[in-house]
Amino acid sequence: MTEERLIISRKTNNKFFLMIAIGVVLLIVGIIAMAMGWGGEHHAVDAAHGEAAAHEPATWVKRLYVNLWLNNVYFSGIALIGVFFVAVQYVAYAGWSVLIKRIPEALGYYLPIGGAVMLIVFLLGGHDIFHWTHDYLYDVNDPRFDPIINGKKPYLNFAFFLIRMVVYFALWILFFNWLRRNSIAEDLQGGTNYYHKSIRISAMFLVVFGVTSSMSAWDWVLSIDTHWFSTMFGWYVFASWWVSGLAAITLTVIILKQNGYLKMVNANHLHDLGKFCFAFSIFWTYIWFSQFMLYWYANIPEEVIYFTERLSGYDGKYLGIFFANLVINFAFPFLVLMTRDAKRQMIMLKLVTIAILFGHWLDFYLMMMPATMRGDAGFGFIEVGTALVFLGVFLFTFAKGLSKASLVPVNHPFLEESIHHHV
Amino acid sequence: MNKKFVLGIYDDEDVLLTAIENVRAAGTKIYEVFSPYPVHGIDDVLGIKRSRLPIAAFFFGLFGTSFALWMQIWMLGFDWPMIIGGKPHIALPSFIPVTFELTVLCAAHGMVITFFIVTKLKPSTKVPVFDKRSTDDKFVMAIEVKDGVTDLAALNDLLRTNGAIEVNQKEVLK
Repeated sequence: MTEERLIISRKTNNKFFLMIAIGVVLLIVGIIAMAMGWGGEHHAVDAAHGEAAAHEPATWVKRLYVNLWLNNVYFSGIALIGVFFVAVQYVAYAGWSVLIKRIPEALGYYLPIGGAVMLIVFLLGGHDIFHWTHDYLYDVNDPRFDPIINGKKPYLNFAFFLIRMVVYFALWILFFNWLRRNSIAEDLQGGTNYYHKSIRISAMFLVVFGVTSSMSAWDWVLSIDTHWFSTMFGWYVFASWWVSGLAAITLTVIILKQNGYLKMVNANHLHDLGKFCFAFSIFWTYIWFSQFMLYWYANIPEEVIYFTERLSGYDGKYLGIFFANLVINFAFPFLVLMTRDAKRQMIMLKLVTIAILFGHWLDFYLMMMPATMRGDAGFGFIEVGTALVFLGVFLFTFAKGLSKASLVPVNHPFLEESIHHHV
Repeated sequence: MNKKFVLGIYDDEDVLLTAIENVRAAGTKIYEVFSPYPVHGIDDVLGIKRSRLPIAAFFFGLFGTSFALWMQIWMLGFDWPMIIGGKPHIALPSFIPVTFELTVLCAAHGMVITFFIVTKLKPSTKVPVFDKRSTDDKFVMAIEVKDGVTDLAALNDLLRTNGAIEVNQKEVLK
């Protein structure tokens, strides 16, 4: 089989750098604007609230940290899903996905960056993002002592949190490198040895992923709402990551194909990817609803507060996003990708995957903002800027990773099956 | 009434697919092809159009959704309003599970029933077995013989040159 090398031109790389540059500029503008208190809308609102708004208006520092955290959790998740996707394909002895396997594989290249950013943001901005990191909550003599958070101390404490974060990333990066090494060695040496070895590695990774994906979701997202708890949450974040990861893979396949790469990928492979996006959009909705309905029905104050904040809290600030989340992530992919033809056409798939990627970013926004920025959240230069910077860095590492090896895994034992894939 | 068929027997999937193409290209109408297992791409070469059943399924599903919502809203909101758990009478989130189930139920049953009606399958349907080996390791291509129209010798030649290992004739009670 013929190799296919992706060549990232200087022009493409410049586009990524431009994206980062625009992001940085927007960020700086946003930060200056906020630090100088331009557009003083927030203050007016706070003044109107009077005593009720006892909290300080969120500073630009806080807003920056929360945005860094939001984007990093989102992009690290997509990178992790790349490794997960490859592992699932190996363990399932899947043949159809061989032709596109290098794409999820290369997603993992973001993991080291994600780990570093996660660590730095937590060490610098932990207090701005996580309420539980404040020492006074655990001090019985302090008036702000919080017995509930104190009860969670064995799990939610600075040292253990940090250890867990390092362990998750260490394991993920380890397995990513391990799988990637075998995959590239297979290209050079051939034979079925690497394939069988990859299956064993993947099986191990799936066990690790099953535990760490849920735990990292509790740590990085759920613990922002420190008092709240949800047994569905690990699944919820996984579903969100998984469907965005699938959308990212599908979108990359389409973009590569439209640029003349992946010649052997045809409508049948797109069909399967489309089915994945369609099915897991429904899966995400199922998880979303399972979490929502029980809390809504039981209506227990400490549980339902999460949804109250998002529906009617802060003068209904999040109400629009709450429903946009459902429309973009459920109704749109569900209705558009329902027919067979839509899943086999690049234009439809492109439209839906872009919507899904944006929708799930919004989903993470909705998970993190109400508990951190409260009434001061917004969509301004800082949000767009941070997202652009992360997107640029992510695309740059991803494209670089993709160009490191042939896009076609030339010696994969199931390559022939994938070429003749027919749905 | 009896119908006569010419049966071309094949023992290779790829030979069969090319044979179907060639036979159809020669202007012969194929009545049916029997295979022990589903063959990829056979629908295309036989010129079978994609089923429109999914479209029917969508509307059955839509009917299920609307019926379930209407039923619950009418029952709990208008016909016999009850206060359950302090919720409003028309509490949409609690209607969703029933709506989902009825959507699936209507779509599934609607599809099965439509399928039976369209294909005219019923318990009394007799399906003639052309060649028992088509349930084991052979592929059977059946071509209907029209008296006075079909040139048997030419047909025999056509099938043989396209890789049939046997060509038989069979009369089937239809």
